[in-house]
Amino acid sequence: MLLVDSVSKSFGGFLAVNQVSFEVKQGEILGLIGPNGSGKSTLFNLISGTYKPTGGTVRFEQRDITNLPPDRICHLGIARTFQIPRPFKKLSLLENVVLSAYFGDDALRSEAEARRRAEQALETVGLPTDAGVSVQSLGAAGLKKLELARALSTQPRLLLADESLGGLDHQEMEQAADMLHRIRSDLGITIVWVEHIMGVLMKVVDRVLVLDYGEKIAEGLPQAVATDPKVIEVYLGDQIALA
Amino acid sequence: MKRWLPYGCIALLAVVPFAPVPLYYLHLAILILIMGLICTGWSLMGKFGLVSLGHGGFMGIAVYPMALLWNHYGLTPWLGAPIGVGLAVLLGVLIGYPAFRFRVVGHYFALITLALGEVVRLSIIAARELTGGSLGMTPLRVQPITDVSWYAVQFTDKRYFYVIALVAWLGGLWAWRLVNRSMARSALEAISEDEVAAASVGIHVTSQKLRITLLSAAMTGLGAIMLGQYNQYLNPNSLSGISISLEIVFASIVGGMYTMLGPTIGALITIVFRESLRAYFGATLTGMAETIYGLLLILFIIFMPRGLWGFVVARFAHPTGDTSRLEVAATR
Repeated sequence: MLLVDSVSKSFGGFLAVNQVSFEVKQGEILGLIGPNGSGKSTLFNLISGTYKPTGGTVRFEQRDITNLPPDRICHLGIARTFQIPRPFKKLSLLENVVLSAYFGDDALRSEAEARRRAEQALETVGLPTDAGVSVQSLGAAGLKKLELARALSTQPRLLLADESLGGLDHQEMEQAADMLHRIRSDLGITIVWVEHIMGVLMKVVDRVLVLDYGEKIAEGLPQAVATDPKVIEVYLGDQIALA
Repeated sequence: MKRWLPYGCIALLAVVPFAPVPLYYLHLAILILIMGLICTGWSLMGKFGLVSLGHGGFMGIAVYPMALLWNHYGLTPWLGAPIGVGLAVLLGVLIGYPAFRFRVVGHYFALITLALGEVVRLSIIAARELTGGSLGMTPLRVQPITDVSWYAVQFTDKRYFYVIALVAWLGGLWAWRLVNRSMARSALEAISEDEVAAASVGIHVTSQKLRITLLSAAMTGLGAIMLGQYNQYLNPNSLSGISISLEIVFASIVGGMYTMLGPTIGALITIVFRESLRAYFGATLTGMAETIYGLLLILFIIFMPRGLWGFVVARFAHPTGDTSRLEVAATR
């Protein structure tokens, strides 16, 4: 579905992502992990068009999307969330999502339909659909959900979920994992899930990709990756919990 | 009752010139309506964080071609005006597309537009064989001389211009309302906050910004055309350049650029204030009027950042003083 081929990104002399290649298969949940600063979010920005890669290509459903702008990539069916939530604070909660539903599908011309899709997305993530709710009333977990609702309202086939540095407690993280699982099984959306804590992620994902210093150091089934010596070295001191 | 209030006001405004109103007040009313249209156009950009310090550029490039086409080729302003507005829109594309495409935002965008107003002014002055330079130019009187010429849009009776200005101003408010009720408003609101996030949900940032800029340029160009045609005199210093550009900005801020009537109220305050200060100080203490005006502006920005009308609307809608709701109410 998504084919990332030796993609690189450098900022000045700093190589943030170095020749990373991987594939995302239809219907799977791929976990993308790595310590802070390992290039996970940069990789997301490269796929979603926010950054232009300095090398390599990205293909989505057989189509080269490497140099397309972010709005086009969204229209093609890739939605993303941001690591640090970026709500539109001047708009209400519902307006945030209606806006995304309306502009996220370039064939959509009906505001009523956009509103229907927005309400559906809000229900999926468990946020209120009444028009009066302001963004300011949401806490950290609520803002994360809003990110997801906005992404889902654009009717994606591939969701790039950046959940790292969540600031969520354990229970909230379990809920988030549960939700991603449901999004895949109920809506049939393929997911790439970024996280820097391995614990919860390992239980949900089908495969894992590990980044360190911008390079891919491991890829495979969660069980295999967790016992990979290179991964253990990177995560030395971190608890690798596999329930 | 409340539904009919706007129509009542419009009807009242429409009959004003047929009441025995002193000519001087009719003159002020015409100026206020035209400046109201221009400021409404400016605020359509300003309220979404697109602060232009060069709307004078759109004025000059619209009004001069119309007057020149009339003087040299006898082309009726009915055709000259659309050409002028078209040129203002074209200038909007020339400045807007590169600026938005390459993400020139905030102060940098303001600086680019500042240059725009001056470039147009200096160009008009430089072409002095054609435009009369800084001395200005006068559209030729229609031949044979008549009191009412629809073809030349020259009327000795001010009431004609009043009605034309009123219609154009109402058109401006209608455009404001259309924008405010469209999805474009949400999109521009989102863009003004976070362009990256806006693009990530499929909003074409450049085209949204460009469209509102072109609408703003067209309204400003139309206003300038009416101003030139009404005064029957064009001067590069009052129809382009920094001074008029800033006057538009000040009026919009004072009145309140987040409300539909705010920019017009601002134009009213500015014009009435300038006129009365000028009458009061006269030729003594030259510059005093401008000084007081400047001081008041600073006070407004500090104490009423949403403008006088924005303040009134917020107070009126939510007298309890819940400020977060006030903000929202004032933007509608």
